[in-house]
Amino acid sequence: MTVAMPRLTARRFALRPPRPPIAAATVVLGLALTAVAWPSLFAADPLAADPLHVLEAPSAAHWFGTDQLGRDVFDRVVHGARHSLSIGVAATVIAVGAGILLGLLAGLTHRAADEVLSRGFDALAAFPLVLLALLFIAIAGTGTVSLIVAIGIATLPHHARVVRAQTLVVRQAPYVTHAVAFGASRTRLVLRHVLPNVLGPIPVLAMIGLGEAVLIAAGLSFLGLGPQPPSPEWGAMLSEGRGYLHIAWWASVLPGCAVTATVISLTVIGRHLQNRFEGRHQ
Amino acid sequence: MIGAVARRAGSGLVVLWAAATAAYLALLAAPGDVVDSIIGDGADSPQIRAQIIAEWHLDRPAVVQYLDYLWRAAQGDLGRSYLLQRPVRDVIGDQLAPTVRLAVAAAVFGVVLALILAVVTRGRWARRVSSTAELVLVSTPPFLIGIVLLSVFSFRFGMFPVSGDRGWAALVLPAVTLGLPIAGVLTQVLRDGLDRALDEPFAVTARARGLTERSVLVRHGLRHSLLPAVSLLGWLFGALIGGSVIIEQVFGRPGLGQVTLQAVSGSDMPVVLAVVVLAAAAFVVVNTAADLAYLIIDPRLRRS
Repeated sequence: MTVAMPRLTARRFALRPPRPPIAAATVVLGLALTAVAWPSLFAADPLAADPLHVLEAPSAAHWFGTDQLGRDVFDRVVHGARHSLSIGVAATVIAVGAGILLGLLAGLTHRAADEVLSRGFDALAAFPLVLLALLFIAIAGTGTVSLIVAIGIATLPHHARVVRAQTLVVRQAPYVTHAVAFGASRTRLVLRHVLPNVLGPIPVLAMIGLGEAVLIAAGLSFLGLGPQPPSPEWGAMLSEGRGYLHIAWWASVLPGCAVTATVISLTVIGRHLQNRFEGRHQ
Repeated sequence: MIGAVARRAGSGLVVLWAAATAAYLALLAAPGDVVDSIIGDGADSPQIRAQIIAEWHLDRPAVVQYLDYLWRAAQGDLGRSYLLQRPVRDVIGDQLAPTVRLAVAAAVFGVVLALILAVVTRGRWARRVSSTAELVLVSTPPFLIGIVLLSVFSFRFGMFPVSGDRGWAALVLPAVTLGLPIAGVLTQVLRDGLDRALDEPFAVTARARGLTERSVLVRHGLRHSLLPAVSLLGWLFGALIGGSVIIEQVFGRPGLGQVTLQAVSGSDMPVVLAVVVLAAAAFVVVNTAADLAYLIIDPRLRRS
């Protein structure tokens, strides 16, 4: 079986990704979080226009160059972290919260309710994310809040399915049977015995889901359905910069790189944690 | 076999009905007055309002309107666009071709690239480079890929048109943009499948029969690795639809994406609903095709 040997080592290697990417991802996420918490630490006013320095290439004075109004692109990217990431976090919170609630409902109530909810999750999960979000925005109108709710609803089924599956396992567990035998109330059963034991995989899922949410949020605000100019949201900046692409690539490409770096970091760390805590490949 | 297909078609119809109903409920739930949406910026007077209500049958009970809507949808009549004042079927029909062209080109590009990458990058270093590239592609917003390609190949080298849909040259960059993230995901799945297949006893047997490594890979391994990839067909389709909305905007292409986007921004609900129902219909077809593809790829499934 000498043929199979290199394959085995390759597999083991895949289980434990190399360290440098994880370190890099941690640094990028740290920077992003600092930018969210305290943008003025690195950057000046993102709205300060300077008509004398319009569409200038990256230089020592303007690290990422300037845009069509002479605003510093670096300042805008740093301040944009707060907009883009908070949309992603809020959407993920909605997805996780509603997912836990609906998953518990499906796992604990009647079989008929479970069937209806599960089919609902299937249908939601099967439908293109962007289209679902567009449908919701068409009904609720454009704007940051409806963007957040739209992404939250569109990404909810994944969490709900995992919680439902965990619930079905946990409700059979001996400690739950014992609690029932001891006469624990329904509320106590759910809150003290079931809920804490179904939440295990959620933090890691939420982290990977956050990357996805940031990505979709950037896409939808690129389409003009999120925060409106002049707010320095990454997707909206790309969309503004698209019109000047022939003379100033930096005004659109560099904010896009900020999205990519953030999402890659979240994915790398999320997958790493998933491998460590669940011993599962991918 | 025929029974299975019939069952599939039946559940497909149920899914379609559910999608149409959900879409209709969404229309009812939408805030704002339908009459206002239809009038838009046009002339407004009580007479015009009364005329619109009569013309669109808005004075009938909701249940009657719903049944009427289902009946017309079953006949292929998807209503009239509020904004464009044209039948939705014509609006969509006009714009379907460019989007289908884009989606097909992107799918072919993505799938072929993924197959080549999964087969070629077997060595340790090639695999590492390719995995990194896949991670980057999957995590990059599609519009950024498009903008980078545009600025390099259209603006710097002038090789492709900047926008529009004239000729095949205009299709290249959008298709590549849409296909790259798809290739990223598919390559990962195919590679995992190949790894698993080549650990199986039949791979050892094939090697023992004296087959070259490449032929073991292509003739035996690939077929097995296709199974998990086929289950991604539904996802692939969703990625194509969702992606084309964004890609068409980046490249200024006409198409369904532009129509959808205008309808969403203008609350043109009949068009939005038609797109949703159409996507659901296409989705049912794709998933049925995926189930049939399983039977073609895996003879073991045909027997049971």
